[in-house]
Amino acid sequence: MFTILKKRRLNPTVTLMEIDAPLVAKKAEPGQFIILRVNEEGERIPLTVADFDREKGSVTVIFQIVGATTKQLDQLEEGDALQDFVGPLGVASHTEGLKKVAVIGGGVGCAIAYPIAKKLHQQGAEVHAVVGFRNQDLVILEKEFREASGKLVLMTDDGSAGQKGLVTQALKELIEAGNQYDEVIAIGPLIMMKFVSQLTREYGIKTVVSMNPIMIDGTGMCGGCRLTVGGETKFACVDGPDFDGHLVDFDEAIERSGMYRGFERHAYESACHLLNKEEAPHA
Amino acid sequence: MPNMSLKKNEMPVQAPEVRCHNFEEVALGYTKEQAMDEAARCLNCKNKPCISGCPVAIDIPAFIEKVKEGQFEEAYGILNRSSSLPAVCGRVCPQETQCESRCVRGIKGEPVAIGRLERFVADWHNAHTENAPEKPASNGRRVAVIGAGPSGLTCAGDLAKLGYEVTVFEALHLAGGVLVYGIPEFRLPKAIVQKEIDNLTALGVTMNTNMVIGRTLSVDELFEDGFEAVFIGSGAGLPRFMGIPGENLKGVYSANEFLTRVNLMKAYREGSATPIQEAKRVAVVGGGNVAMDAARCAKRLGADEVSIVYRRSEEEMPARLEEVEHAKEEGILFRVLTNPVEILGNEEKFVAGMRCVEMELGEPDTSGRRSPIVKEGSEFVLDVDCVVMSIGTSPNPLIRNTTQGLEVNRRGCFIVEEETGRTSREGVYAGGDAVTGAATVILAMGAGKTAAKSIHEYLQNQPEHSSRV
Repeated sequence: MFTILKKRRLNPTVTLMEIDAPLVAKKAEPGQFIILRVNEEGERIPLTVADFDREKGSVTVIFQIVGATTKQLDQLEEGDALQDFVGPLGVASHTEGLKKVAVIGGGVGCAIAYPIAKKLHQQGAEVHAVVGFRNQDLVILEKEFREASGKLVLMTDDGSAGQKGLVTQALKELIEAGNQYDEVIAIGPLIMMKFVSQLTREYGIKTVVSMNPIMIDGTGMCGGCRLTVGGETKFACVDGPDFDGHLVDFDEAIERSGMYRGFERHAYESACHLLNKEEAPHA
Repeated sequence: MPNMSLKKNEMPVQAPEVRCHNFEEVALGYTKEQAMDEAARCLNCKNKPCISGCPVAIDIPAFIEKVKEGQFEEAYGILNRSSSLPAVCGRVCPQETQCESRCVRGIKGEPVAIGRLERFVADWHNAHTENAPEKPASNGRRVAVIGAGPSGLTCAGDLAKLGYEVTVFEALHLAGGVLVYGIPEFRLPKAIVQKEIDNLTALGVTMNTNMVIGRTLSVDELFEDGFEAVFIGSGAGLPRFMGIPGENLKGVYSANEFLTRVNLMKAYREGSATPIQEAKRVAVVGGGNVAMDAARCAKRLGADEVSIVYRRSEEEMPARLEEVEHAKEEGILFRVLTNPVEILGNEEKFVAGMRCVEMELGEPDTSGRRSPIVKEGSEFVLDVDCVVMSIGTSPNPLIRNTTQGLEVNRRGCFIVEEETGRTSREGVYAGGDAVTGAATVILAMGAGKTAAKSIHEYLQNQPEHSSRV
């Protein structure tokens, strides 16, 4: 069984869980993902590896409560176990040979950007991190990013923490200030990755984005995670999840991510409704 | 005195207008009386041509003889000697091109209904026998099987019966492979698959789910862990698309995705955690058994109109005749000699139509089938809101990309010695769709059987626990 060793709420809608999964921990690399099911009737959901401890045999995931499954997952406590936990899947992020990198994280995407920043930092690369959130209550991993980077710029939409504005503004300023990056790595909402890629295209800086589309098996079988990259169809699960941001058709990816929006809203509402019922006697 | 009726006993089925609204099994199976009556049609002829038509060489006349006598458990014993999954094969084998095609009764009239009898015997056994099979004494030698589909399960069962300690590694959370994610409940109830898997577990086979070989563990690590031989039955799971505009619109599925959502993830059930589009007008592109399965699922999910869109004529369709007939009875439309050229979307990027052209048949191509040619000026738009692409699959590259010394052909299929299933790497065997490309359950089972025999011969000539890393 895949026991939850540690659970920590990072902000009102984002939770960290460290899961006992020795075989996955042995192989996991930054950029890869796992698929889990909460219970026997549950759906399979992909989550990117946020951290791993090979000696302890644990893998950390960080997730935002966005739908019924993440809501159920968030109800589990330390000592509870997940039904299924499989991985590591996908291709690990390429970090070899990079000397100076800007790592851009948006919202819960920071959970995925962090292990990459950490790995680059450990390799001796100069890391500039730009992290963005809606407001100060949603800021996660600030301390961790500070430790893993030579420079950290914190942005919030409303200016309640760090500077007010979008990550693209901060990145533009860094580039304009003369920083020459080998690569920009951007992980966050599709719309953020789209605009980061647009910006870096102007400057001709190679940009890698991490795609997290809808998928079922995660091994290349369903094709539900397909994307258009440079005019070709790619499967995020086996060809990615990292792709060249200048080649990804983001508009298509944004459309595809909304395939089941109606169903998801309904499922989320019934999950909340069920939980309210369960909690009512204690209220 | 044999039963000289020229016709098979009919198989009772759910009425089409009823079954197209439920996921329960379509065919209901013979009664005891029907089975014994049908068994009496077998002449028990001298040459037994039927056996040579069976990829796992079941002693068909012998088991039918027992059915005729009402000795059903004895009949099961005969089936089980050759097949680990008789309840499955009785349902999904294409008997009409295998055993039954060789039956002498088929020369004048219909052949003996061997498939239906096999199904009857296996079901009778499952309904009347509580006893799980006994675990044979272990010989202490370990074999790894990659993939819990038809070839892997067969290979595992045969080796376990010989005393090997077999572990099956399955990437999904449930064992069964295509039997659970692909073939729908109404054609192969999942309880039957589970029963066959439980029998293997009772024989001592360990089912290790959630293990992606090539990711979680490599083939080399399996040898390091002390497995002395490896069988690869990883199937052909990668879906193909046509490469036409609009294929990434919302509402375009691969047959794999569509069927996996419905079958493995139970999207057809009210309140399932896994969503599926509520489509009203569905086009399934392709003419194989998988296309029939997808079309019939779409109908059961509540679509008003479901069409099979196939570029050749019905004669060239690779699907079994029975599947085509069942689909037609259920109201599936067959738009043959039709080929999609573009999928059209609405403003929200959901499917809103499919532009097609009509085809006509020209000269035979390399596959021996007459090749379809576009009819000039025949373009039209089919009104659909969902498209399922069922035009084939290729083997998954994960194992070949992470394992040294395994030769593959240009289609990515493992190259094996046909008589043994041996790959280019010592101690590694392969079979099923991973070798042949997409084919049938029974051919995969035959390959699993062959490999089990070869692995046994190979290990008998190897010192125990020798390492082949």
